[in-house]
Amino acid sequence: MQQIINFIFKNSIRLLFLLLLTISLTLTIQSHSYHRSRFLSSANVITGNVYQRVNNVKEYFNLRTQNDNLAKENAYLKQLLYNKPDTVIASTELIPAGYEDIKVIQSKVINNSFNVHENYLTINSGSKDGVKPDMGVVNSLGIVGIVENTSKNFATVQSILNVKSQINAKIKKSNHFGSLIWNGKNVGYAQLIDVPRLATVRKGDTIVTGGRSVIFPENIPIGKIDRIFIDKATNYYTINVRLFNDMTNLGHVYVIENVKRKEVIQLEEQTKTDE
Amino acid sequence: MNSTLLLNSFRFVILLALQVVIFNNINFLGYINPLPYILFILLYPVNANRAGLLVASFFLGLVMDMFCNSGGVHTTACLVLAYFRPAIFRFSFGISYEYQTVKIADKLSPERFSFLLIAIVIHHFVLFLLEIFRFNFFWEILLRTLLATLFTLLLSIITIYLIKPSKR
Repeated sequence: MQQIINFIFKNSIRLLFLLLLTISLTLTIQSHSYHRSRFLSSANVITGNVYQRVNNVKEYFNLRTQNDNLAKENAYLKQLLYNKPDTVIASTELIPAGYEDIKVIQSKVINNSFNVHENYLTINSGSKDGVKPDMGVVNSLGIVGIVENTSKNFATVQSILNVKSQINAKIKKSNHFGSLIWNGKNVGYAQLIDVPRLATVRKGDTIVTGGRSVIFPENIPIGKIDRIFIDKATNYYTINVRLFNDMTNLGHVYVIENVKRKEVIQLEEQTKTDE
Repeated sequence: MNSTLLLNSFRFVILLALQVVIFNNINFLGYINPLPYILFILLYPVNANRAGLLVASFFLGLVMDMFCNSGGVHTTACLVLAYFRPAIFRFSFGISYEYQTVKIADKLSPERFSFLLIAIVIHHFVLFLLEIFRFNFFWEILLRTLLATLFTLLLSIITIYLIKPSKR
């Protein structure tokens, strides 16, 4: 017993180091694994408020581009509105068919990272505004990411520029599905993998979100095909996609809630357990 | 003694604030950010309590991780640096460094430069290794370590020169 106490006293620094190292390594490994909630995130009260304040200042520097984007989007929506065949239709029916189950929450990016392999954004709406984990985040140009964690007033979003992200996408023209990933290299490009060789792909084709995802509605723009690689080992294409969104300059975003998502997931799980 | 504690707490907050508000947003060449917040660990008094340094570095890294959404990456890197700091001292200043009154925040000499360089390389290498966490990106880890080290080293030396008068 005496020896054990002596040992602890003699090596107290080393033991403290090992203890703290275990904690930090656990946190690190946890953050790298898929589908695990993160204990440390920039959505908590202190970090969220700091980022909100910093963003209040930074906002002034790109007000012009943000305003331009919003004005363009307004113009597009106005065009949709005026081109409706019947103007008597109530405003709720302006929403295209198939989109009734989608709720949209307006929000703003207050912190944006794009310089590491696992990038996250922080937005300034949280559970108070109805934001929940696994909701999609888009802006007027295309998709941005998926909500990962929420607090009362803030939420963190796993950006599409995250090597962990995997989003169902398709080629708009031919409806061939693939998965959108990011290889961690260039912030302007993402990769579409697992597209069958049967698909006719051409440079310049538009990539949009696919219908298999319950997070994003179908046909939200992602980007354009830039280069096509043929994987020799498998029968699939790997496609370099030039993103419509400039991920380094994000302002106003919309959080998308699929009202029927729960039902779909429940049904799928039930089917799995029945087998 | 009390003023040392006060000075270090002050440094802790100021360096973190500068890091989060300014240095994390530099994005030189798209992805290189200097990390001068580790000056807290480097400038910590040489003969002070080691356990205190370990705990302080742990929390320093933890706060950085909260802001960067990076899990425990900064925490681990800071801890490793804090733990190996005496070894780096011994390497740079000779075995009997504890008996001399070593001051890091002073005129740049070869010893101080080598101390800063080794410490920054160790911290950045651990950081990027854990951040990327995949061995097929090994060259990228080295490249990022190299570029960020140069950047941090430059900023650290400038910062040390800037704060020197206030410390005398």
